[in-house]
Amino acid sequence: MPILSLITYAPLLGVAGILALRLFGKADDPKSVEASKWIALVTTLATLALSVLLVVQFNPNDAGFQFNETAPWFAGLNYRMGVDGISVLFVLLNAFLMPICIVASWKAIEKRVLEYMIAFLILETLVTGVFVSLDIIQFYIFFEFGLVPMFLIIGIWGGQRRVYAAFKFFLYTLLGSVLMLAAILAMIGISHTSSIPELMTYHFDPAVQTWLWLAFFASFAVKMPMWPVHTWLPDAHVEAPTAGSVILAGILLKLGGYGFMRFSLPMFPQASHLFTPLIFALSVIAIVYTSLVAFRQVDIKKLIAYSSVAHMGFVTMGIFSGTPTGEQGALFQMLSHGVISGALFLCVGVVYDRMHTREIAFYGGIVTRMPWYAATFMLFTMGNVGLPGTSGFVGEILTMTGTYGVSTWTAIVAATGVIFSAVYALSLYRRVVFGTIVNPKLADIGDLDWREVAIFAPLIAATLVLGVQPGLIMNLTQASADHLVSAYQAAIGG
Amino acid sequence: MTFSADLGLAYPELILAIGAMVLLVLGAFAPKAGRLVGWGGVLVLAAAAFQAATGPFGRGFAGGMIADDASAFAQVAIFASSAISIPLGQRWFERRGVHNFEFPVLIVLAALGMGMMASAGDLISLYVGVELHSLALYVLAAMHRDNAKASEAGLKYFVLGALSSGLLLYGASLVYGFAGSTLFSDIAVAVKHGANTGVLFGLVFLICGLAFKVSAAPFHMWTPDVYEGAPTPVVGFFAAAPKLAAMVLFARLLAEGFGGAIPQWQQVLVVLGLISVGVGAFAGLAQKNLKRLWAYSSIANVGYAIIGLSAGTAEGVQSMLIFMVLYMVDVTGFFACLAALKRQGRDMETFDDMAGLFKEQPGIALAMTAFSLSALGLPPFSGFWAKLFVFKAALNAGLPVAAALGLVGSVVAAFYYLRLIKVMWFDGATGVTDTPPVEAKTIAIGLALFTFPIVLGALIWIYPAADRAARAFGLA
Repeated sequence: MPILSLITYAPLLGVAGILALRLFGKADDPKSVEASKWIALVTTLATLALSVLLVVQFNPNDAGFQFNETAPWFAGLNYRMGVDGISVLFVLLNAFLMPICIVASWKAIEKRVLEYMIAFLILETLVTGVFVSLDIIQFYIFFEFGLVPMFLIIGIWGGQRRVYAAFKFFLYTLLGSVLMLAAILAMIGISHTSSIPELMTYHFDPAVQTWLWLAFFASFAVKMPMWPVHTWLPDAHVEAPTAGSVILAGILLKLGGYGFMRFSLPMFPQASHLFTPLIFALSVIAIVYTSLVAFRQVDIKKLIAYSSVAHMGFVTMGIFSGTPTGEQGALFQMLSHGVISGALFLCVGVVYDRMHTREIAFYGGIVTRMPWYAATFMLFTMGNVGLPGTSGFVGEILTMTGTYGVSTWTAIVAATGVIFSAVYALSLYRRVVFGTIVNPKLADIGDLDWREVAIFAPLIAATLVLGVQPGLIMNLTQASADHLVSAYQAAIGG
Repeated sequence: MTFSADLGLAYPELILAIGAMVLLVLGAFAPKAGRLVGWGGVLVLAAAAFQAATGPFGRGFAGGMIADDASAFAQVAIFASSAISIPLGQRWFERRGVHNFEFPVLIVLAALGMGMMASAGDLISLYVGVELHSLALYVLAAMHRDNAKASEAGLKYFVLGALSSGLLLYGASLVYGFAGSTLFSDIAVAVKHGANTGVLFGLVFLICGLAFKVSAAPFHMWTPDVYEGAPTPVVGFFAAAPKLAAMVLFARLLAEGFGGAIPQWQQVLVVLGLISVGVGAFAGLAQKNLKRLWAYSSIANVGYAIIGLSAGTAEGVQSMLIFMVLYMVDVTGFFACLAALKRQGRDMETFDDMAGLFKEQPGIALAMTAFSLSALGLPPFSGFWAKLFVFKAALNAGLPVAAALGLVGSVVAAFYYLRLIKVMWFDGATGVTDTPPVEAKTIAIGLALFTFPIVLGALIWIYPAADRAARAFGLA
């Protein structure tokens, strides 16, 4: 059974269903709007079930690619799919967040609902495709085309400055991507293969590696996003609808880290080693500087967006530490951040849906009206800070441990970032949740309803379970991470 | 070769020439039979395309005409594109009260000229082909004669086209003078070890003349004005097939005639290509009229095709052929969309006119989105594959700077394609659109489906066909 193709293209069945509704019914017909939501939900849940099946069948002791599918195409290209320990959990994360996004948009999206659901389902297909593609051109197709649905999601269903944010998002990412495309073409020209597993074992000349690494860096650093090319992210987050922010922070940012682990490290080890100090410097700046920037924000979403940049700093640091602990920590941090930051944006969405503002000063004292919400928000704030017992802690401690042996100073400075994150996250929580209600508009704000509880329950479970049982993830990633590191260390002679 | 064998090679052209005459007579004696003439034109083009694909290959008329895989590839594409534009254009003119049978006849004559360009084997048939198709295009551009802008466009096109023909002729005479022959194969012998100054001088003039025809910068000045003024479906026609014909001619002239002087013309083409990409990308940013915008887009796209050609390898020519064929689909489709759109009886030509189009005409808005994304070069649309092979060829030929600058140019151009998408999808409508005519809508949506997903299957066939065609030129 070609399970990877099934997972990738299953959402398109939902697209076909909604398109049929659109063609044979009227766009604004409440019945077809309702039906489109259910179609999207059922499709994403089915995809989730398939993804769970994939992870269950996954053999954690095999460091290579599993569930391979290959078919010849044209011009020496192949349709090739497969997953290893690095990518398999991202497939699950994507499938896990999508139904949550659909439910979160159930009432918040009022115009062009059918198109909205189609955009999300297509996005799911494209993101899965990025993680399971084993042909580099095929990878690029999924990677690049993902920009379009996100561009439309921000541009059509976004806030006040949505057009500006959508353009900034698209053009920033596109510029990075075309440089990567040039590098991809050069790699195919040199090695005469477009297969990712073959490219991973091909030895590029170190001088060429430097250029190729820089081109890939241009793309992944923007996606990540790393300081100083992170400025598109706060704009995109603020203007995107809630579910768009969840997908952006939860999954799309992970494409950068995944790219570093899949391409930069194994394919250009010498260049990666050469540029490690640069990455460390940028990571530390991201951790410290953007944490300070986050502290000064007046918009809740912008604050969380900046905190994402800071957390991604840990990821890049861990990846380029070149140690098994660092890689595992980076993977864990990405998955955990996918859950926690997604949940935080949903928390913002809850109050935004009620009050239609994200200004921190507007709120204050809502704990008296929304106790359940306050508890939920507290849990994810703690996860964001990296409190032991939540999944946020594991990733941060592992990346820092992994880096400590390689560059002590980097790890020490990065550790201060944990303190800074407590400063901005807790002060946000205090200003929004605690205190007494001053703003009369907040007087009859309602607590979480059942739909919102259903959204948060799986996220809470994931945060806590991964916090106390990180082995669930580590077992799956171990073999591939070790393999990646041993190949890397052998190549740089360390 | 005997005369009858020579004629056998020219069957596609003969079918078109005789067909055009018959249609002209039919139209002259039965003035009401405009539509019949139109379908007759489609039939003639289909027959010619079939003959080109299956017909005998070889060199005839003392080497003046070459029928090979390259000419077959180009002719099938050219005749198909011409055939599509007949129903599109004829109905468009009918709705504007211009009932004439000359339109299909002129398209067939233009196709004849383009067919000759694709199979030209010496400088004389090169010139005859170029002139034949140009004269038909001048008339087509001015066909909407009650419209001042269209007449202006036709005149501008004619004057500048005549200038470029002059350049071509001057270059041809210089090459003839220094190489001693007009045959490409004889010129190749004369420049086997590089071109001397005289031949090079002539070559540069020939390149300039052809650059005019494909509207590569800095010979592009006529393009935006002519595109803006000429009738929309006519623009869709002459932005597509004639460019392919001129590019194939370009490739044959450089590869077969000047294959010994690759390093010499390579640098000219790289500069030409990069200037075109730059002008097309930056000047397009300031446009408000979509026809003008697409003119600049076509300048940039021709720049990419020229970069592919400048590789000077069979791979480069192959990438150029794939690029031009896929681009033809984009541009024809886009102008079919524009031809289909009217808002309260007024043609929709500017960005502002397109506001909120997605709500009113989702089918056409989706098609235009597909064409824009494709022209932007976004995967998996056809334009991505077109650019992919061009850049791959340029990199493999040792032109990494050209490839990198070309890619950066595509990011600049991305802004205006996105702007069109933004206007159609994000903004609110400013008025009600009229019901689009069936034939334009069908063609637009059909071509959009080709851009994606059909292209993914079609490339399996186009790629080797373009490869065979490129090898016919005898490059490494």
